[in-house]
Parts: sequence; C-alpha cells; structure tokens
Amino acid sequence: MAKNKSPEKVLLQGNEAIVEGALAAGCRFFAGYPITPASEISELMSVRLPQLDGTFIQMEDEIASMGAIIGASLAGVKSMTATSGPGFSLMQENLGFACITETPCVIVNVMRGGPSTGLATNPSQGDVMQARWGTHGDHPIIVLAVSSVRDCFDLTVIAFNLSEKYRVPVIILSDEIVAHTREILNIPAANTIAVVDRIHPNTPPEWFIPYEDNSRGVPPMASMGDGYRHHITGLIHDPKGFPTQNPKEIEAFLKRLFRKITTGFYEIQITKSILMEDAEIAVIAYGSVTRSAHRAVVKAREHNIKAGLIQLVTLFPFPKNAVDIILRQCRAALVPEMNVGQISREVKRVNSHGCHIVKLNRIDGQTITPDEIYAKLKDM
Amino acid sequence: MLNNSEKFSHDYLRHDKKFPHVWCPGCGNGIVLGSLIRAIDSLEMAKDDIVLASGIGCSGRLPVYVDFNTLHTTHGRALTFATGIKLANPSLNVIAVMGDGDATAIGGNHFIHAARRNLDLTAIIINNQIYGMTGGQYSPTTPYGSKASTALYGNIEHAFSIAELAVTAGASFVARGTVFHVKLLDKLIAQAIRKKGFSVIEVMSNCHVQYGRRNNMGDPVTMMKWLRDSAKNIKPDGSMDSESEGGSFTIGVLADLEKPDYIEEYARIRQKAKELKQ
Ligand SMILES: Cc1ncc(C[n+]2csc(CCOP(=O)(O)OP(=O)(O)O)c2C)c(N)n1
Ligand code: SF4
Repeated sequence: MAKNKSPEKVLLQGNEAIVEGALAAGCRFFAGYPITPASEISELMSVRLPQLDGTFIQMEDEIASMGAIIGASLAGVKSMTATSGPGFSLMQENLGFACITETPCVIVNVMRGGPSTGLATNPSQGDVMQARWGTHGDHPIIVLAVSSVRDCFDLTVIAFNLSEKYRVPVIILSDEIVAHTREILNIPAANTIAVVDRIHPNTPPEWFIPYEDNSRGVPPMASMGDGYRHHITGLIHDPKGFPTQNPKEIEAFLKRLFRKITTGFYEIQITKSILMEDAEIAVIAYGSVTRSAHRAVVKAREHNIKAGLIQLVTLFPFPKNAVDIILRQCRAALVPEMNVGQISREVKRVNSHGCHIVKLNRIDGQTITPDEIYAKLKDM
Repeated sequence: MLNNSEKFSHDYLRHDKKFPHVWCPGCGNGIVLGSLIRAIDSLEMAKDDIVLASGIGCSGRLPVYVDFNTLHTTHGRALTFATGIKLANPSLNVIAVMGDGDATAIGGNHFIHAARRNLDLTAIIINNQIYGMTGGQYSPTTPYGSKASTALYGNIEHAFSIAELAVTAGASFVARGTVFHVKLLDKLIAQAIRKKGFSVIEVMSNCHVQYGRRNNMGDPVTMMKWLRDSAKNIKPDGSMDSESEGGSFTIGVLADLEKPDYIEEYARIRQKAKELKQ
C-alpha cells in the first residue's frame, strides 16, 4: 500500500474492498473457512497477504479460524476472519474468548438467509441479533453494517481502528448484495488513511499489570514474546490476569468492559443522514437496504413527501441518541429490513416520544426495492 | 547451591500466583508440569520465547503456574490459538497442553489437521483416559468395558490410540511416555520441543479420583505401578508390540520424520507471491 502516492481508482466488489480496507488498516493475518457469499474475501487474502509478508491460512473450520485470529492478535499482528451465518454461529464461543481477553480482531459476516444452511446465495439481514448477543454472557460488542463498496473499504479501516483502540472484537455485517456488487472505488493514498494501533505497555515488565484499570478503561496490551510474560485466560480474571472468584473483582472487571465502550460512544456510534433537515418521515435503514431507501426518499421528495434517511452505520452499541433526535423530529419512522424486524425492535425500544414506527420486512431472499419503500412512505 | 527443585520453583513457577494448585493430591498432571520445566531448562530456552497454551480440563490449568507467556483457551481449541500465535511470530516456541477429551473429542478435528499441516508446534496430551474436570464421564480414550460416570454399565465405545492417530495424520514427531517413567518423559518432551514440525507427545497419566476409583485401580501409587507394568518399550530395532495387547502400550519415540514445516513452505508462497506481483 505504501506505493499508493495518490488515490487509485479501481473497480471492486464489496468483498474485495473489505480486503483492501483491512490491508490498509494494517491487517497482516487472516484465517478462514470458505462459505458463500464470503469466500472472495479468503481468496483475495490468500493472494494479497503473502505479497505483504502477511499470512493467510485456510483452517479446518470456523471455530479454528476464530481461535487462530485471536492467537495471531495476541502475538501482536492485526487479524481478521470472514464468514457467513453458519460459520458465524460456529465462531461464537471463541468470539466470547476475544471479548473476555480483550483481544482486538475483526470478524466479517456476509449475511445470507437462515436459519441453518438457509438461503446460501440470497441476501438477508438475519444475523443482527446474533452479532449483538451471539456469544454467551453479558458483554459489549461493536457491530458495523456496510451498504456500499465505499463503506466496505472505509468501515473495515474503522473496524480495525476501533478494535485496536478499545481492545474489543468488531463485527462487520455485510450482505450478499453489497458483497457482490461492483463499484468504482477511489482507494485513498496510504498516507491519508488514519490507522490506530493498540497501545503497548511502557512500564518495566516487573511492574506490568495486564488488566489494570485506567481512565480509558482500556489497559495497554503486550504481545506474546515482547518480554511482558503474563497469563491470559477465558476465565474471569483479576487485574494480574489470574482467575478470580471474588465477587468484587468479577463485577469490577465486567463493568470495566462495558465502561470502556460507553466512554467511546461519541466516536463508536456512527450514523449518516440524508435529506433529514426538514424531514417529517424518517427512513431508518442499514446495509444494502439503505440504497433502496435512498432512492425511495428522493422519489418521495419529488412527490412532496418530506422524507429523509438515516443510515445506521453502527448497529451496536445502538446509536440511541442519534435515533432519538430523529424520532422527536419526525411524526413517523419507517424501518425496512431483510428480516422480521430485528432493528425495528431497537428503534421501538428507544422511542420514548411516541413516534409512529412502521416496519417493512422481506424474508423471501429478495431485496427490498425502492418502490416498496416509496409505496409505504406514501401511506404514512 | 540450590538443589534442582528449589531452582525450578524460583526460576519457573510464578511467584504471584497463589498455590496450592487446583489438582487432587497425587494427580499425574503435576508430574507432567515438572517434566516440562526440566525439559525446557535442559534446552536453555528463554522464558520470554515460550508460549504455553492449554484447552479446558484439569490439564488445562497447567499453564497458570509457570512463568512463560501462558494462554488458557477454550475447550478443545488450544491448537487453533497456537497456530495463530506461531504464524504471527515464528520465533516463539509454542507448546500446547491438552487432556485426552480436549485433544481428541471436542478438539479431534483440530488435532488431526494440525498434524497434517505440520506447523512447528509441540502438543503434549495428558491421557488419563477420562474427563477429569467434569466428573469422570467416558472419553475417546476410556478403554472398552471400563466404568465412567456416564458408563456405569461399562463403556461400549472403543478407544483411540492418540499417538498412532498422530502418526497417521502426519505429525513429524510422535512419542508416548508415562508419568511413572519420568526420566524418559523429560527426554521425550525435550526432543519434541526441539523437533521442527508438528510434534506430539502422549503422556499416560493417572486420574485416580475420577477413573481409578470407579475401576478399582487403587491409590495414585497403585496406579503408577499399573503404568509401569503396562508400558512396553519400543524394541531396539524400532519395531513395536501390538497396541491392543492386553491393555499394554508402547512407550518411546513412535515417529521421527524429516519434512518441511508449514513456515518453510509458506516462505516459498511469499516469495512466489512477490515474484508474480512484479
Ligand atoms: C464447549 C465446552 N463443552 C464442555 C465443556 C465442559 N468440560 C470442561 S473440561 C471437560 C473435559 C475434560 O476432560 P479432558 O480433556 O480429558 O481433561 P482432564 O480434565 O481429564 O484433564 C469438559 C467436557 C467446556 N468447558 N466447554
Ligand atoms: S480429577 Fe483427576 S485429572 Fe483432575 S486433578 Fe483430580 S486426579 Fe487429576
């Protein structure tokens, strides 16, 4: 990437843009297992990583892939895996391990219809709640949703940055439409991309307390082999990293995991607004559906319906404040989704002012069209 | 001058970790820990360069006591984490410690693929023929007919030979030892660590609490004698006795092959990738 002195114009599909975004963010390790519609990410990683002295490995399954990317990250290398629904389910136990050990890593889930093998080649947004709650136990997580090739590049960089900064696994939700749509992408010059790296300890190793609380709630992270020997476990641990059963230590530990994310809300919860200034009806959308929604809103404006669009870039932590402002401003909100209403529930949850909330759902493996959204808007 | 055990407790055991350990008195796991430390000491390796990763089970608690880079992962997955660590930093010596259930039931798939892949890792599998930590349920190595908490009428499944499985799956180095034959065990572990490529060492051990008790095998000392009497050395010509012979098992080195390891192979891939890019 260092060669990119000036922006480079390329035609890429979403999956490929995720790879380029990851490499630009400094990802140098990828472990994965093939699954439609995510396989192109593995394929391109297997070509690109060895060129950059990174490592690609095809593991025996997704459980192994998740284990391997955590291992690589613990050894100091930014790492990623990519999968689709069934594989994402297999990753859940080790995803929890990344949460409790505060290991930065990025997991891409190119959603397809489920449950089970479901609809292997059709788009869906069925894994929103699996991304939020999939692993066991109470835990915070960051989930981003991509809607375009541009998003795929930019948000993958952001995913790595947030993951490194907060020491939390970050999930990118994509869908089959974004994954396989080809668009022109201006890849920014390498030196214009802001890349965040984890903070390494600078105390002498004897003084290092691996899980010590600080004002950010994010302890510095040592890499295996750099002299800061310590114990890492999936058991709840004390600040020194050893398992604890002490209720005070347990609570303090879990509260810190939540606190560090709460502290970062202002930069983690990303939304984009289009035509919202004077909108009376808001369309709240994410993923590829955002694009149909955009078209529908423009059409509605042409017919004097004051509609606007808010794209949820961050799904979790749910951008409550941004949505709340919209719901106060508008008399109605429409939430189109390719599931039975996973995010509309979140919208209803934060709707404290009685805004009229309407759902529009498709679960037949087809995308929601601009006309469907426009038809709904006309009736609202 | 310090005697050896004092030296090791100062040099290798963690000062800030509260002892006693979690294991039952007389458990073979402590002997494996001792052997591992002696093997590493004999190789004069720097503690910073060693990663000890484990899965879940009684055996999985082993890393917490030693002053290396230590990692206690999820049940059955130690080798997957070890794979990521080694590939990210090949200068580390990565050792995975697993139980028999850990390595060959839930982790069985990872185990055979790690052997096939031949990445330079060392896998130590403590075979106590039972699920110790969860209360004595039968494992893939519980002998046919033995009793377990989920096999009160006698186990009707057939046992894996872990070491033979490793040989078949393609590991570079495979050995079997016991917690009775400690001098041999020290040597085998050292050999396994030194060996480039995927090395497996199966350690026959006693779980007198969950396995021995149910099968009338007596106290730890009696179980040690059973290990002594069941172990057969590999014959000088390298040939082995049949594994199934009356509950006996072969100890020693079962395989020691020369083949390029994954990291060497991957170096070729990187070179090719760069050439093709130009
Ligand atoms: C996914 C998962 N399933 C089950 C368990 C429960 N569990 C903990 S240890 C163990 C078996 C341990 O037996 P083994 O691997 O032989 O090790 P030992 O305790 O005998 O050393 C099981 C089933 C778990 N921790 N995680
Ligand atoms: S249950 Fe068995 S394996 Fe576990 S510590 Fe006790 S004796 Fe050892």
